[in-house]
Amino acid sequence: MIVCNFRKQLQGAGGLIHLHANFEFPDNSFTILSGDSGAGKTSILRILAGLMAPESGTIVSGNTIWFDADKKINLVPQKRKVGFVFQDQALFPNMTVKENLEFARRDPSQNKLIREIVELFELGDLQNLKPATLSGGQKQKVALARSIINQPDILLLDEPLSALDQRSKIMLQSFIQKIHYEFKLTTIMVSHDLSDIHRMADRVLKLNEGIVVVSDKKVDQKHDEEIKGRITKIEEEDGQVILQISLPSSSFQKIRNKKENDNDITLS
Amino acid sequence: MEALITMPLVLPPTVIGFYLLLAFSPANFLGEWLANFGIKFVFTFEGLVLASILYSFPFMVQPIQSGLSNLPPSLTEASFVLGKSKWITLTKVQLPNIKPSLLTGIVLAFAHTIGEFGVVLMIGGSIPGKTKVASIAIYDEVETLDYTMANTYSIILFLVTFFILVIVYLVNGGYLNRMWK
Repeated sequence: MIVCNFRKQLQGAGGLIHLHANFEFPDNSFTILSGDSGAGKTSILRILAGLMAPESGTIVSGNTIWFDADKKINLVPQKRKVGFVFQDQALFPNMTVKENLEFARRDPSQNKLIREIVELFELGDLQNLKPATLSGGQKQKVALARSIINQPDILLLDEPLSALDQRSKIMLQSFIQKIHYEFKLTTIMVSHDLSDIHRMADRVLKLNEGIVVVSDKKVDQKHDEEIKGRITKIEEEDGQVILQISLPSSSFQKIRNKKENDNDITLS
Repeated sequence: MEALITMPLVLPPTVIGFYLLLAFSPANFLGEWLANFGIKFVFTFEGLVLASILYSFPFMVQPIQSGLSNLPPSLTEASFVLGKSKWITLTKVQLPNIKPSLLTGIVLAFAHTIGEFGVVLMIGGSIPGKTKVASIAIYDEVETLDYTMANTYSIILFLVTFFILVIVYLVNGGYLNRMWK
């Protein structure tokens, strides 16, 4: 559990923003930070990672004090056990995909984990490529893979799904969910997208006008509503089946593994 | 600090040479203190090298500084979040990603030092076989009206600096990489 209670002044496009954070992140929860541009969402992630310091207050993770303004404690990012996927992915251009992953390890015993993660993220063919030659979706996948090599307790994702095409977005959403459960992470993701909120989050923190964190609302009963749609196209690619589904108000793609055999498709 | 490092760019070389000469003179505190360890910088090759380092420092610092400030800060931050120290981040992430700036700095500092005159004359004293550098030799040959020798030295310096700069532009422009492909 991370308990945050801090204040920070930020310079936004429309003037000064007085950010007052008073919330907690329960263990293994998946929280989406949502709100207007410049409301301070990225700043919250940066403060949690130790890349930016609040002006006052405390941040406590489990039994460890990460930040305490009064006691002048500010744990460096290296000691916080967080994974961070930056908006620009921040892959090191001088290293190949494999070297980027290996750079993240703390000791050689993690080589087995790297191999498992390469397999999990289907990065086998990309291992010897430099980041500049990868597509946006591939870069995000590598950044995500790199962020969990050190087996962090907390995963911070700064708009990992923006600027991706629909297919890459769905694929990455499933990767994020997969690692969230498999690595028992406490995940905090910045997103504007309602579909991310509905599909992935079990909690939403909304920053309202950049000033106060308003709600900590559960997104529940999301499967209650039934919508009828029509499958307009079925394609098979790389062992996956892509269903193009048309709904009365919109259309979207659903990617399923071939081995999945259930007939019901849960739409969210 | 930045102003101090940039000073040699605008200060006449003779001024720097003069103050270094005074500072390292055995008659002064620093020179006397260094002499206790058997170190002598006045009219020695070591002194000439030290003075050249100080004089060409801004030519090395400025490209590196601009290279580092153009590097996305997220790269450094990503390395910190991955648990890496400042030293590892500098040597494995920052420096390898500003290679063109490093090369520009190294070559500019080198080329600038080759042509140095005032500082090395002041601190080195143009002792033949010891502290007489090419640019001073050219001046001496002109003074003795041996223009042929002066011309030979000048052409060598001209070609060396020209080829160094050509190599920098080829490497930094990516021409060599493209040629090898």
